[in-house]
Order: sequence, then C-alpha cells, then structure tokens
Amino acid sequence: MEAEAKRETSINLESGFRGQLRLFNSQTERWSKFIFIMPTVLALLFLSIFPLIASIYLSLTNFKFVKGGFQLRFVGLNNYKDLLLGSDQKNFLGLLAPMTPMRWIVLGALIAALFFYLIRTLLKTRISLGGLLGRIILALGLSALAWLAVRTLGPGGRLGTLSVTLVFVFLGITIQYLLGLGLALLASQDLRGRRFFRVVFLLPMMITPVGVAYMFKMVTDTSMGPLTPLWRGVGLANFAWINDPWAARGAIILADTWQWVPFMFIVLLAALESQPTDIVEAATVDGANSWQIFRSITWPGIFPISLTLVLIRMIEAFKIIDLPNVMTGGAPGSATESLTLRAFINWRALDLGSSAAVAYLLLIVVTFFATAFVQTIRQRSLGNG
Amino acid sequence: MMQRLFQRKTLFAPSPGGTVLAYLLLIIWTIIVLFPLYWLVVTSFKQRIEVSSGPFYIPFVDFKPTTEPWHYILVGDLSNDTLRTFVNTLTIAPVSAFLALVIGAGSAYALVRFNYRPRLAAILSFIACVALAIVTATLGVSWQIALVASLVVFILLFQTIGKRFGRMLGNGDIAFWMISQRMLPPIAVLIPIYILFQQLHLLDTHFALIVSYITLNLPIVVWLMRDYFLTIPIELEESASIDGASPFQIFRKIVLPLSVPGLVATFLFVLVFTWNEYLLALFLSSAKAQTLPVVIAAQNGVRGPQWEYMSVLILIMIVPVIAVAIVLERYISRGLLIGAIK
Repeated sequence: MEAEAKRETSINLESGFRGQLRLFNSQTERWSKFIFIMPTVLALLFLSIFPLIASIYLSLTNFKFVKGGFQLRFVGLNNYKDLLLGSDQKNFLGLLAPMTPMRWIVLGALIAALFFYLIRTLLKTRISLGGLLGRIILALGLSALAWLAVRTLGPGGRLGTLSVTLVFVFLGITIQYLLGLGLALLASQDLRGRRFFRVVFLLPMMITPVGVAYMFKMVTDTSMGPLTPLWRGVGLANFAWINDPWAARGAIILADTWQWVPFMFIVLLAALESQPTDIVEAATVDGANSWQIFRSITWPGIFPISLTLVLIRMIEAFKIIDLPNVMTGGAPGSATESLTLRAFINWRALDLGSSAAVAYLLLIVVTFFATAFVQTIRQRSLGNG
Repeated sequence: MMQRLFQRKTLFAPSPGGTVLAYLLLIIWTIIVLFPLYWLVVTSFKQRIEVSSGPFYIPFVDFKPTTEPWHYILVGDLSNDTLRTFVNTLTIAPVSAFLALVIGAGSAYALVRFNYRPRLAAILSFIACVALAIVTATLGVSWQIALVASLVVFILLFQTIGKRFGRMLGNGDIAFWMISQRMLPPIAVLIPIYILFQQLHLLDTHFALIVSYITLNLPIVVWLMRDYFLTIPIELEESASIDGASPFQIFRKIVLPLSVPGLVATFLFVLVFTWNEYLLALFLSSAKAQTLPVVIAAQNGVRGPQWEYMSVLILIMIVPVIAVAIVLERYISRGLLIGAIK
C-alpha cells in the first residue's frame, strides 16, 4: 500500500471501474448507462473537442467579420510564421540579442549538460523506442528554451510573451511551493490556534484573481500605497514598478504567490499530518536532529504529493491572464504579457486567426511541459522504487 | 477521519524556542495575508483626496471615514450596474455549478459502476467526420450539405473500420479524457465558442455563460466525485438492485444521500471557481450578462483607477466567498484532498 501510494505520483486514473452491479443487465438499464454518461460526453464534445478542431483551422486562416456572418481566408501557416519569425511587435519569442562569445559559451555549456544527462540516462536504463523518442523531444525542447533564454536575457535582448509566461509559471510555482511547505511544516506542529491559521491562510485562494490584482496594484503603489514610507526610506519614492520590466513581473508574481501559497499549504499540511509518527519518534529517540528527520523521513513521504501539486499548479498557471491584464495590461511594452493575454489582445483587435494561433501554441507548450514533467517523474519514481 | 487528524499528536515535538519562532513566522504570514484585505476595507471608507494624497492607515485617527464610496456603488450613480452584475453573478454561478454537479456526478457514478467499452476506431471516425463537417461548412458549402455528407461518411467509416478494429477503451480512458479537458487552456477553445455564440446570436446571454461554465467545470466535478464514489461500498446498491430499484432510483435514493459531504465540497469548489471566473465572462458577455469580475476589471477607466469605488466592488464580491471559506473550511480542504491526496 505504501509503495503503491508512492508510485502514484500523478493524477490517479488507473483504478477506475469498481465492478458492475450484478442486475444491471436488462434493456432499460442498458439505456440508463448511456443516459448517465451522455450529457458530459456531449458537452465536452461540443464545447471542447469540436472547438479545438475548429481552432486549428481558424489558426490557419485570416478571419473577418462581414455583414451577417464571417469570412475566412486560408493563409496556411502565416499566423504561426508571424508569431515565430515576425517583426518585433508581433513576435512572441522576444527580441533576440546578437550572439556574443559569452553567449555561445553559456549556450554550449547548457546544451552539453543537457545531452550529457540524456546520454547518461540512456546508458543507465533500458528504454523503449517511444521512451527514446520522448526523451529526444524533451532534450530538443529544452535546448530550444536554453537558446531562447541565452538570446533574450541580458543586454540587447528582451523577453517575449512565451518567456514571460514561463517566468510567471516556474518562478511563481517555486516560490509558492517553498513558502507553502515552510508554512505547512510550521503549522503541523502542536500549536494552539492552528484552526485559526488554517482558515486565515486559506482565504487568498478564494478571492477572485481580478480582485487580488487590484488589491496588489493598490498595496504596492509607491506614491500612495501603505508602504510609501518604506519606499521613501529606501529612496524609491519616485519609482513606479509598472515602468520597469522586472519590477512589474515581480509585482505580478508577488500577487500570484499571495493567492496560491494557500493551495500548496493546505494540501502539504494534510500530507504532513497523515504521515505516521512512529518513525519520527524512533528517529528522535535515536538522536536524529530535525533536519535529518526532515531530509530522510518527512521529505520522501511528501515528495509524491508535492509532484502532483506542482503539476496541478503548473497547468493552471500557464493560463494566467487576470493578474497581468488588470495590474499592467502587459506593460511596459510587452514585458508582462502572458500567452493568454496576448491571445486576448489579438482577439480584441478582431484578429481571430492570430489569436487562435497563440492559443494553439500555448496548448503545445502546456502539453510539452506537462508531459515532460509526468514522464520524468514516472521514470524517476520507477527508478527509485 | 478529519477528527482523527485534528486530535493527532504532532509530527515534531516543539521546543520552547521553536514554538516562539513558529508563532512569529505564522503571525508574520497572517499579517501578509490580512493586510491587503485590511487596506481594501480602509480604502473603501476613504474620500478620493485621502486615497491619492498619501497613505492613511487607521480610520478616525488618520482620516475621517466616509461612506460615500459605498453610497455611490450601492444606491448612487453606479447602483444599477452593481445590482445588475451582482444578480447576474448570483444567478450564473450557482445555476451552472448546480447543473455541472448534477451532470458530472451522474457521469462519475456511471464511470464507477457501469462498464463502458467504446471502440477507438468508431470514436476516431466520428471525430474525423465532425471535423470534415466543420471544415467544409466554413469553406462555404452550405451547412446542411456538409452535415449530410459527413453523416454519410461517418456511417461508411463506422460500418467498415469502426466495427473491424477491435481496440476498445475502458472506463479509465473515458475518465482520463474527461479530466484531461481541465488541462486545456480555455483560450484554445474560446475563440470558436465565441464565433459559435456570435452566429447563434447568443453572445451576452446568461445561457451562453451558463453552458460554457458547465462545460468548464465538468472535468473537476467528474474528477472529484469519481474519487468520492470509489470510496462508497457497493453492497447497499446491490441489495437495492436486487429489490428491483432502477439505476436512477439507486443513484438518487442511495448514492447521492451517502455522498453529501463530497457533493457539498465539489459544489462549493465549482461555485467559487465560477464566481471568480474572468476570462470566459470577458469574452462572452459585454453588457446584459456581465459578471462582477468583468465590471471590477473595467473600473480601470479613462480617469485612472478609482480605488475607493473599486475597493467597495471587490469587497462586495469577496465577502460572500470569504464567509463560505470560513464556515466550510473543513469541507474545502477535504475537497482539495479528495483530488490531490489520492
């Protein structure tokens, strides 16, 4: 059971059907079988699957509303070409700085490390053709990201919509996870008023992201927000974070963190509380310190659930739009523009084809990261288990 | 089970110094959580001049509180807008959450108790034909012809390929398909949905939003309720089935009453989610069916953000949700756990 739970790192789907009721065989009951499931299937087909198919087609066209309907002009991959190779403003990769020797070295080192790791795992474990293919795709995808990071970070470059989304997702989740874990460890102790902390810590998650966005815009304002004395004290009274790319991203990540630490906190707290205490007690008797206990008992216990948590948050975080749209509107320039926000902006400009193309690229990116994450974990947990 | 968790002995035996440090850190985070909310409340009682001329922290000491913003939003110039959108949100969120719960719980139950064996080839040929219909219709062929043509193609494919290739899917696959729709970024399907509702002249109606929210929430409902139904013993249902009860009667009279905690948790989850939803509302509503998040976001108007009015609106929006959170904290953490811990 323990080992089973450990292996169960991703969404639990294997154990499905529990055994048919014995008498559910007659004609009416065969009908009820379909009546139960059909509403969901139809709803998902008509508002999820078919739109998805239509969306591919839409992303290959130039869309125009005309009187009494709309007009589609097939343009092939032009929308995608604009996004990947187009002019600076339309480009979602960002402004690419010229390659300097320094950049070549960093890029070379990153890719070498990546392929070293790939070849090492290939030599160590025997894998199927599909696994090999998957890993090669993963390595290529990550190399492309390394290339993008090297070209857009630093002087002369500017992050594009894609990189900005990745920054929001990965920086945000890292901070949220660490804070959530820390708080859960604290709150799992036998303290008075634990229920109070639980309820309070839960609140931010329930608030509408639009509200959170305005609240943080207000609270972090450097000229009239509550922290103004502090800003004056450090000489930033005339500094408006909305004009600085990284400060603006920081503000958005701050708001996102405030909102989503509770999610990590609640689930990790429950995971900590459901851990058996006897091993910890035995270790304490043997003279292990808190760090050792955490490292070798608590951490392995909460590792699987942590992975699930990160996966769930990752999927949600890629959809981010409320916070950047309300807090900055993507400004300065497109420094805080997430992919969904970009799709929204294109939609507002009635450029529906291009909007669908952005949405599709987002879908590809999400699928890439979610699959890579799940596969890497499955491999790791199988390797260790 | 939750009772046991609360009364259990702790994982770490705290030392006195550790306890003080723990309290200190927890209180710091409490302040971080509560301070923005406090600032929201304070700002909602300020006049414009007090908002813009630097921070004033404590009412009655730093500034004289006024109810003018509340007046403006609730009975003054903006009251019609506020009332309309509040009523919109108040109808759309519960109705769609309830319908999603009913539909999703039924499907989740069916996935646990019935055995489905759809054929992969049949499904693929069906989807291919719909894709064909969509493409030909958008290419300018009249939609009736497109529909009939793809129907014919589907029947042909179904009779030939669909019945031959035996690869069958199980309940796990169906459940995975349903739940995986949650991974889909809504923006990827939203633009065709927008065009669909635009063509049907259903944009900016409650109907469009409710239907979209039901679809958006079904994956969560199926996921959470399926995990819940898996924990219900089958014996009761079996004896009812022997007594001649139909599946619907069993579901309504036995299964649903047994799963009230799970249903409540899921309902709240979906309710809060819909209550707070922004992206779909932004695309599918413009005036009549507008919900609160859209109105709040729209306050960033020509004259710049009007913080005091905005604070009132946000408070109106979050007070019910916070009340729900406080009253039903245990249900909520359990609802999260059903999905995550399993």
